[in-house]
Amino acid sequence: MSKGKFGIHGGQFVPETLMNAVNEFEEAYNKYKNDPEFVEELNTLLREYAGRPSLLYYAEKMTKDLGGAKIYLKREDLNHTGSHKINNCLGQCLLAQKMGKTRVIAETGAGQHGVATATAAALLGMECEIFMGKEDTVRQALNVYRMRLLGAKVNAVETGTMTLKDAVNEAMREWTNRVSDTHYVLGSVMGPHPFPTVVRDFQSVIGKEIKSQLMEKEGRLPDAVIACVGGGSNAMGAFYDFINEKDVALIGCEAAGLGVDNTKNAATIANGTLGIFHGMKSYFCQNEYGQIAPVYSISAGLDYPGIGPEHANLHDTGRAQYVPVTDDEAVDAFEYLSRTEGIIPAIESAHAVAYCKKLAPTMDKDKIIVVNLSGRGDKDVAAIARYRGENIYE
Amino acid sequence: MNDIKAAFKNGKAFIPFVTAGDPDLETTEKLLIEMSKNGADIIEIGIPFSDPIAEGVVIQEADLRSLKGGTTTDKIFDMVEKIRPQVQCALAVMTYMNPIFVYGTDKFMKRCAECNISAVIVPDTPFEEKQELAPYAEKYGIDVISLIAPTSHDRIKMIAKEAQGFVYCVSSMGVTGVRSEITTDIGEMVRLVRSVSDIPCAVGFGISTPEQAKKMAEYADGVIVGSAIVKIVAKYGRDSVEPVVEYVRSMKEAIS
Repeated sequence: MSKGKFGIHGGQFVPETLMNAVNEFEEAYNKYKNDPEFVEELNTLLREYAGRPSLLYYAEKMTKDLGGAKIYLKREDLNHTGSHKINNCLGQCLLAQKMGKTRVIAETGAGQHGVATATAAALLGMECEIFMGKEDTVRQALNVYRMRLLGAKVNAVETGTMTLKDAVNEAMREWTNRVSDTHYVLGSVMGPHPFPTVVRDFQSVIGKEIKSQLMEKEGRLPDAVIACVGGGSNAMGAFYDFINEKDVALIGCEAAGLGVDNTKNAATIANGTLGIFHGMKSYFCQNEYGQIAPVYSISAGLDYPGIGPEHANLHDTGRAQYVPVTDDEAVDAFEYLSRTEGIIPAIESAHAVAYCKKLAPTMDKDKIIVVNLSGRGDKDVAAIARYRGENIYE
Repeated sequence: MNDIKAAFKNGKAFIPFVTAGDPDLETTEKLLIEMSKNGADIIEIGIPFSDPIAEGVVIQEADLRSLKGGTTTDKIFDMVEKIRPQVQCALAVMTYMNPIFVYGTDKFMKRCAECNISAVIVPDTPFEEKQELAPYAEKYGIDVISLIAPTSHDRIKMIAKEAQGFVYCVSSMGVTGVRSEITTDIGEMVRLVRSVSDIPCAVGFGISTPEQAKKMAEYADGVIVGSAIVKIVAKYGRDSVEPVVEYVRSMKEAIS
């Protein structure tokens, strides 16, 4: 029986070699997720090590400048390692340790998930190997060194398009090669069951905090929550606690690269079709024969040809809305937030800021938007400079 | 008796794999015809996929070469249909779930039946997800081949009970590719299958030499070889028919 379904999406499409591993992972998760000791251990790490709760910041200057809805920023960029990725990595690595695993592997695009995994592994004393597309190791050389500093081995993946999807392929291949002592720390709400559920649960702390923090500040729920979506982990984490609050609009921002009508984009909901890949049924950018398309975005973290199955279902049911944001719009928003609020967002998160800039002026002043600022932009500064024609290298 | 069952009636079965369209479909045509005349009992035709997560580098590269050359699922079916009368053994296709699903699983199985292809092998679709394939395969009389792995343990009986055609025993951890040594207890895997079913078992992943094939054939009913053949094709390209045929002959002899 197929498990882990979100509407028609999800499932467990992995080689037989991995079936016992994903089943054991599911059993362990079910055992520990409500275990008071495990929950306390994880919460302590999140609080004392990762710096949670992250701030919910009222962006007053941005609000006044745009002249519409009141804008709050959920500051996941202030977490240790600089993004929301640490929430999931601490959870999964701790769980892997409970399962008796001594080694973790992970894929990474821009390097944020790789750095977060390497960090959690260092803290918990686990061996760590990261798979990163060769293209991305060049684009994000500093993050490669950062992971090595943290004690991880970084493998440059030279197969296929040498980007994030190939890093996932290679991490899966490595997992089939060595499964007994190794856990694969998947970085997003994707892959075979139970990963989409586990990663969503570990990230759902974002939405829970938004809810209670906004309740304290405003005494009410937001009118819209906006987040960027590649695989979709920060968005799923921000959305999850609001799914049953029907008056809260949930908006995911996809990377439209050079535009949805151009072939160089990664807008899966706008351009993708139903498929079965990387362990799950969902939407993918692909051709009529099911060959996965090479995708493009200025943001290495959104440069992925699929989307998590729960997002695919939120799209099908109309509960969430997915909008494309181009490179140009994201770079504008990156610069805008930097000079308006003094906050340099990750280029991924800048996609969400860009859509907020469009939406806020159309809403009344008594409305509230929360933007999930999933990561900080230090890693992107050199790339944005180059985008603007300044020849800066890290 | 269907073609797959028949393939195991003639001693130990030798099951070679080729990636369709590598280096081109004309060469694949010749390989299918000649392998069938020279010892192949079933041929696995690989439909290339952009992201074959169960394959090692050798077959990954063959898939990419084939796709770059413009190979499509339709062109492969058309080629097989055209030469099928000249191919004297059973045929199976091996590919991933996405190329089947996006093509249309019903249409895919229909084309298999029209080409007299007896079975499909889909390494990223385990027992739990077989409903994605089984109803359509059944409609057209196509066997869905089940795989068991060194990590399957208590899953083997569950899988074997419902298996069709033959059981594909994955010899080693990891992806496809030539290995110098196979350490898995294949005999035990086969014994577990046998405890619930009399279905034939064929061993694949990592086998390249006649000695390895001979040893595997002591435990199982058939031997599957992929990467070793794809390597020969990669080396000789359009001139690979002769060396591949020679290799197939030597492997069939080793297990006979």
